[in-house]
Amino acid sequence: MIEIRWHGRGGQGAVTSVEMMALAAIEEGKYAQGFPAFGPERRGAPVMAFNRISDTPIKIRSGIYRPDVVVVLDPSLVGLVNVTEGLKPGGVLIVNTIKTAAEIRNKLNYKGKLFTVNAGRIAREELGVPITNTTMLGAVLKATGILKLEALKAPLEERFGKMAGRNMTALKRAYKEVKTAEAA
Amino acid sequence: MGKRVGMEVAIAASEAVALCNIDVAAVYPITPQSHMAEHLADIIHDGRIDAEFITVESEHSSISACAGASATGARVYTATSSQGLMYMHEILPIVSAMRLPVVMGNANRAVSGPLNIWNDHTDIMPQRDSGWICMFAENGQEVVDMTIQSFKIAEHPDVMLPIVLNIDGFQLTHMIEPLEFPTQKEVNKFLPPRKPFASLHPDNPISMGCFNTPDIYAETMKAKDTALHNSKKTIVKIWKEWGKQFGRTYKPVETYRAKGADTLILTMGSMGETASIAVDELRKKGAAVGLVRLRLWRPFPLDELRAAIKGCKTLIVMDRAISFGGAGGPVGTEIKSLLYHDKGRPRIVDFIMGLGGRDVTVNDFIAMVERAKKKKDETYEYYGVRE
Repeated sequence: MIEIRWHGRGGQGAVTSVEMMALAAIEEGKYAQGFPAFGPERRGAPVMAFNRISDTPIKIRSGIYRPDVVVVLDPSLVGLVNVTEGLKPGGVLIVNTIKTAAEIRNKLNYKGKLFTVNAGRIAREELGVPITNTTMLGAVLKATGILKLEALKAPLEERFGKMAGRNMTALKRAYKEVKTAEAA
Repeated sequence: MGKRVGMEVAIAASEAVALCNIDVAAVYPITPQSHMAEHLADIIHDGRIDAEFITVESEHSSISACAGASATGARVYTATSSQGLMYMHEILPIVSAMRLPVVMGNANRAVSGPLNIWNDHTDIMPQRDSGWICMFAENGQEVVDMTIQSFKIAEHPDVMLPIVLNIDGFQLTHMIEPLEFPTQKEVNKFLPPRKPFASLHPDNPISMGCFNTPDIYAETMKAKDTALHNSKKTIVKIWKEWGKQFGRTYKPVETYRAKGADTLILTMGSMGETASIAVDELRKKGAAVGLVRLRLWRPFPLDELRAAIKGCKTLIVMDRAISFGGAGGPVGTEIKSLLYHDKGRPRIVDFIMGLGGRDVTVNDFIAMVERAKKKKDETYEYYGVRE
């Protein structure tokens, strides 16, 4: 089982990210959970959302405290929220940023596996808005290899209708453009 | 069976209702039930089912509208949570006394004050003595299945009582997970149309649930109590039918690795799945620990509980509510009382935990098993609460 924690800001669609991820995993025949950090959420405030994905039925229903993967949708959260908290040794951090991997490492004092992508630019160019929740799905798929790209097609179409194609394009670009910076 | 799909459980609850050929829904939205209310309103507005959605100004009105509609012979559904359920309180015993088979989904949430929107069972416990059948679902699939089962049980001529299905708020309502839906054809086969014993109609005026003097009120109350006790037989029968048709079995008391266990954890609702992982971990270390889960809270399944805990030495009850100033949590207190006369009954350790959304993890269950071992008496205790 792999556990993912998503960091975003209220209104940036972190909950949609976990929904798409869970639906795609279930579409592939896997077992999955997608859930928000329970509670009232305010636009712009730091928020979290979570995924569990497994090949066998998932029974655990408590929170995620030791994620395998952390995804940061909003660059301004780096250094503001302790995004690496509880990240398992050998875990993966995936950040939407215009900064270099070295700058992120330095800011977070983080030495583990790191993936960076300028998802903000991709989203602006492909979707016309700086909302990176679907774009970052591509980076997560590349970084973790947990699902096939095609598995996202049906959930995106169901959710976004005629906008699905552009979201898929953004997602595929992030898949290609995400940069690995192996453990330092 | 229909296709396996990923869906949020609150949405799934309303999709299950849509399969049940309801006539009327009267629902007032409240967190964390809101997605249930919104989605059911969508389904009816979009014309996917031929039903009336009564928009009401409060939960007192939603349950009153349900009572009225049900008295005309309609199949009726409502859903609520916490303060909404508290606001319904006055009407709940009227619905059961009138023997109206209303089905309600309750997204369990703490009651105010202070305001808290997160999960526990403090909303349902004050409704315990309202004369409703009261059940708890453990996961999304059970929410789907038990919603459909509830209409058949409630409307059965040997039952004719309302049912509240407890669905842990957030822990279940806001979870996207894989689910299997029966097809419409399969539900139609399982769930016949409602045949009311009596119904209100302008062409055939009757009075229902009006007035009792002291010389008959007690008899009416006894009849209601008897009806609720008797309903268990039909509940079990209908669950067996469900198992035959759909392959998933339902029992008043579920067990997990309980055979030969000297210590049993007892839960209600979604906690059971996490507790089962704690059981696996403890068993790996050689401890004879198992799990008992109460699916049915009213009528209380005493015989089934006795069978499930036979031979166990310590029964650890997980209470997600408090009876303030009383003898402990509502579940622990009741089980102690029911087993009082039983020879060789287990020592009962009652923990109050998981209040107002406080997470209960695998490690918490393990810690409570350890604590129960050391505990000398049977007084109730708070777990994980700072002094």
